[in-house]
Amino acid sequence: MTLSDLVHQTGEWLRGSGPHGEIVMSARVRLARNLSQAPFPQWATPPQRAEVLKRAVEGVNGSAFLKGSMVLELKGLSELDRLFLVERHLISREHATGGFSGAASASGSHATANSTDSRAVVVSDREIVSLMVNEEDHLRLQVLQSGFNLQEAWVILNRMEEELERKLPYAFSAEWGYLTACPTNVGTGMRASTMLHLPCLVMTKQINRVLHAITKLGLTARGLYGEGTEATGNFFQLSNQVSLGISEEEILDNLERLIKQVIEQEEAARKALLNQSREALEDRIWRAYGTLKSAHLITSNETVELLSLVRLGVDLGVIPTLERGRVNQLFIQTQPAHLQKLEGRPLNPSERDARRAKLLRDSL
Amino acid sequence: MTCDLCGQNEATVHLTEIINDSSRELHLCETCAREKGQQTAQQFGLAELLGGLADFGAKLEGGPAKTKLSCPQCGMTYEDFRKSGRLGCGNCYEAFHRYLAPLLKRIHGSTQHVGRSPSAAAPAQAQGEGPKDELARLKTSLKEAVAGEAFEEAARLRDRVRALEAKLKKR
Repeated sequence: MTLSDLVHQTGEWLRGSGPHGEIVMSARVRLARNLSQAPFPQWATPPQRAEVLKRAVEGVNGSAFLKGSMVLELKGLSELDRLFLVERHLISREHATGGFSGAASASGSHATANSTDSRAVVVSDREIVSLMVNEEDHLRLQVLQSGFNLQEAWVILNRMEEELERKLPYAFSAEWGYLTACPTNVGTGMRASTMLHLPCLVMTKQINRVLHAITKLGLTARGLYGEGTEATGNFFQLSNQVSLGISEEEILDNLERLIKQVIEQEEAARKALLNQSREALEDRIWRAYGTLKSAHLITSNETVELLSLVRLGVDLGVIPTLERGRVNQLFIQTQPAHLQKLEGRPLNPSERDARRAKLLRDSL
Repeated sequence: MTCDLCGQNEATVHLTEIINDSSRELHLCETCAREKGQQTAQQFGLAELLGGLADFGAKLEGGPAKTKLSCPQCGMTYEDFRKSGRLGCGNCYEAFHRYLAPLLKRIHGSTQHVGRSPSAAAPAQAQGEGPKDELARLKTSLKEAVAGEAFEEAARLRDRVRALEAKLKKR
């Protein structure tokens, strides 16, 4: 499998299936791990990072679970290809650019760390499993599933982890658990999150109340592309905050309970809007569809906002001719790097707006 | 105190930004803090926020200047950590133990890992520390804490030693 093969396939997490697929776009669980005795990536010298990459690749090759996965070194990838991986949620923005989120680069002999040297990503067949090497931590393992499938994601991740740890001794202390570069990840090293589509909580102006409540209960809310991104297209990524003093199962259990309540709130808001102002709601949905179907120039922001309404239309049965999986796919395919990969050449922003509009007209 | 932004509501969120040893404070009401959330998170990066939290430990301990404290394994100093918000290696957790404990307590509300640990099939653990090594280390730290009259820390260590001894006996 090569990077170009990904262009024409749809990641498992975009299928639009799985429990509560009408509200929960995807579920993700990730573990942060570091190899013992080796300095963390940001503080390591280039040869030390290269050594970590070598050991990680050996671990991957020795794993029945990950065997045959694609191993991509970021140094060999163009900026476009890296952005393409970010858009697919396979790597973080920081991993793509060689920077580290929020961290001021340390002075002195270690300042060389801000580069893409020895950074890599391992991607499994159907893009369910990905593993970033030398991001903020040596290893960031993630499993991405379609729908409200946190438990399933954890089962897969746990099995992969059991395999890897036989080859790779991790930095671990009985007192503080898995040791990570940032103290906010120490303990289980686990971050579990769900991507929720909450258009009706936004329309009814209840979203701030809901987000405020879940923040008080230990969850973090983020936008479509994780840390530091704004919520666009009514998508919210909700994840656990705390990773120490709580077991993996408890983290998942807490998150599931709270997410269930958010789902119920969104369902209630959808019902209320349908009952009280069906015509106005249907009007907004069809106008969004109409614009996407007929525009000849469209920005990615406008696309995401309008596709959100179309997706709602599909989920409410207002637009019976479209499939949710196809709409999900369009959210990703209309992003800048995806458009350029589809076209097979670099496009400037106005060319992209035209190409995006054409793709939407042809697909809807 | 009223909110620095709207000047109307009571300020309940207090932020401190530290740049090159000079600090600036910002007092916000809950509404403005939430609205500013996105912006604030970027203006006051995680490193600064953690740096601020890490200082909390210093005030609490009232101990000697710890900027010279460094990790024997990777050479990172506590000051480096304060600036970047990221540790240098697994051993830093050991080297900065006294200062990290209150920090972790503030971030996670806990200082004891529960949940998964490397299985028996895994190779020698992390810092090569088994439960017996850990017990020895804890006992040493306990002695140090008592000698330094850091009684809160000592009480915590004593509880850890007891829990670990009980666990070892069971085996």
